[in-house]
Amino acid sequence: MAARELREAGLDRTVLLTVPGVLLVLLLFIYPFAYGLFLSFAPKTGGIWANYARFFGDERLYGTIAKTFWIALPATLLNLALALPMAYQLRRATRLQRAVTTALVVPITLGTVLVAEGMLNYLGPQGWLNRLLIDLHLVAAPVRLIHNYWGVLLSLVVTGFPFAFLLTLSYVTGIDPVLAQAAATLGAGRGRQFLHIYLPLLAPGLAITFCLSFVQAFSVFPSAILLGAPAGPTRVISIAAYQAAFEDYDYSMASAIAMLMGLAQLIVVVAVLGLRGVFYRGPAAGAKG
Amino acid sequence: MPRDNSGFRELRLDAISRRFGGAVALDRLSLAIARGEFIALLGPSGCGKSTALNCIAGLLALTGGAIWLDERRIDGLPPEERGFGMIFQNYALFPHMSVRRNIGFGLAMRGVGREEIRRRVDAALALIRLAEHADKLPGQLSGGQQQRVAIARAIVIEPPVILMDEPLSNLDAKLRIEMRSEIKRIHQELGRATVYVTHDQEEALSLADRIVVLKDGVTQQIGAPEELYARPANLDVALFMGYRNAIAARIEGVEGGQAVISIGQIRLRGTAAGHPGGGDATAAIRPEDFVLGPGPNAVRGRAETVEYCGRDYLVEFLTQDGHRLYARTETRVRPGDFVEWHVPPDRVLVYPSGK
Repeated sequence: MAARELREAGLDRTVLLTVPGVLLVLLLFIYPFAYGLFLSFAPKTGGIWANYARFFGDERLYGTIAKTFWIALPATLLNLALALPMAYQLRRATRLQRAVTTALVVPITLGTVLVAEGMLNYLGPQGWLNRLLIDLHLVAAPVRLIHNYWGVLLSLVVTGFPFAFLLTLSYVTGIDPVLAQAAATLGAGRGRQFLHIYLPLLAPGLAITFCLSFVQAFSVFPSAILLGAPAGPTRVISIAAYQAAFEDYDYSMASAIAMLMGLAQLIVVVAVLGLRGVFYRGPAAGAKG
Repeated sequence: MPRDNSGFRELRLDAISRRFGGAVALDRLSLAIARGEFIALLGPSGCGKSTALNCIAGLLALTGGAIWLDERRIDGLPPEERGFGMIFQNYALFPHMSVRRNIGFGLAMRGVGREEIRRRVDAALALIRLAEHADKLPGQLSGGQQQRVAIARAIVIEPPVILMDEPLSNLDAKLRIEMRSEIKRIHQELGRATVYVTHDQEEALSLADRIVVLKDGVTQQIGAPEELYARPANLDVALFMGYRNAIAARIEGVEGGQAVISIGQIRLRGTAAGHPGGGDATAAIRPEDFVLGPGPNAVRGRAETVEYCGRDYLVEFLTQDGHRLYARTETRVRPGDFVEWHVPPDRVLVYPSGK
């Protein structure tokens, strides 16, 4: 009797299969997070809020939030703005689509450090880009593209764009092309097919892509140090956390910074996903079944 | 912006062709469709009928031939400038728009004013009897309701031609018959030229003024339903039109338009279709044209299986020399019974072999 009720509620022995996964999440995610949260309220000196008070009292600390936003937000928007039209143009399964997809998987597999090293060489004062520009007499002196804001932004585009593109492509190809054909027979040209059919159906997917891209960009660390100016305009929040932990050996302060970093990301993600509720969210096909 | 084409006289397909790589999907289809006419493109899957429809709509470019709307050549125009209403097999309703916005989409694209759209969409909703569902999303409707919305969306723009691509194939049997009547009613009410693609001969026969039978992209026959039903131009059309018995035969002689044929030991008189000079042929007979009981033009055999079909029985019987034939009768026949049938000579169609 009780066994049948459990089964009807969707609970049977297969539920046990989730145990390893749940344990993993508990041990590797929930526990460290809770540990960090508690640690952040146990500062070296002062009351439980001392770390947070210090963070918001020191421009070198609270200023990192704006700096990080100032890099992560443009990078995310740029990635999306590049990915959407390209994915839309490549929505049909062609050889070109396969070639582009394969080519873009490469930077994802390389990792940010390797990409940053490569860009140091390419974009440096003696790199081929500046040599080309000078040889073509387009510029007189080398353009500074590394060890500043632009170096970090470019590296976030190089590593973030393929991810945004592949994700957007999967959403675009999930939309039944017959819908656009139907719109065409009803008098909508290409532009209006995109505006009235593709864009509204893509909006929820673009919101997800935005969130994932943003979270990735917000936690930028290696390229901010290697390609940026980590003492100045690209002193992002992860650098502040790193310095607190491994230069000042103040794990409690580092935890507080990490918590604030997570909170900033959470606020953006919740806001964007909240916006998503405005749009239609359902199967992007013309009919049931 | 599509032009107002409602005053057109005819849509003319002039040897339209479409190739995909080396394969010919549609081979020189020629047809003049008059205002208000209902045309069915009929054939098995892969025969080119949907290709033909997509070519007319402008969703596929022609690789040969031309399409004319009266004196204007339109095959170079994109679909949005042809202004034909199209109904898709999976309805292709916009899932993120309400029923009202779906139906009004074509009008909005034409820059029709808000009040005018409301009025015309209301009229279309009344025509398809879905006024109370106007604010629902397509996903909240049943298959039959979605189909009606698709029809309303296509006709509300008052297109000169309505194109339908197997619109009933996703519905269950009962709904299919209901929607068939609905389509017929709407066509009679609006009198729009309609091109209707189907693989169902019953649908084609009941709806169309004229039927075009296609096979492998090639036009087999164009004619009124009665004409196709009674006199299929070739064996392929006959098979499609319900001539279920296709029997290899020999032509023994031709007497006054009637062919004398032999099927093993059976000798039958039939009607020569095409020009059988003699030699090998195929005889096509519809199960319902067999009459139970002795008579001239007799065929005998032993009943193998009997299917009860409500109004009558479908009997599968085996002749003495092993030909398996199908016949219909209202008389109860049991498996194993010896049965004798006869068939009027004008209901036995004799086609020369190799055609």
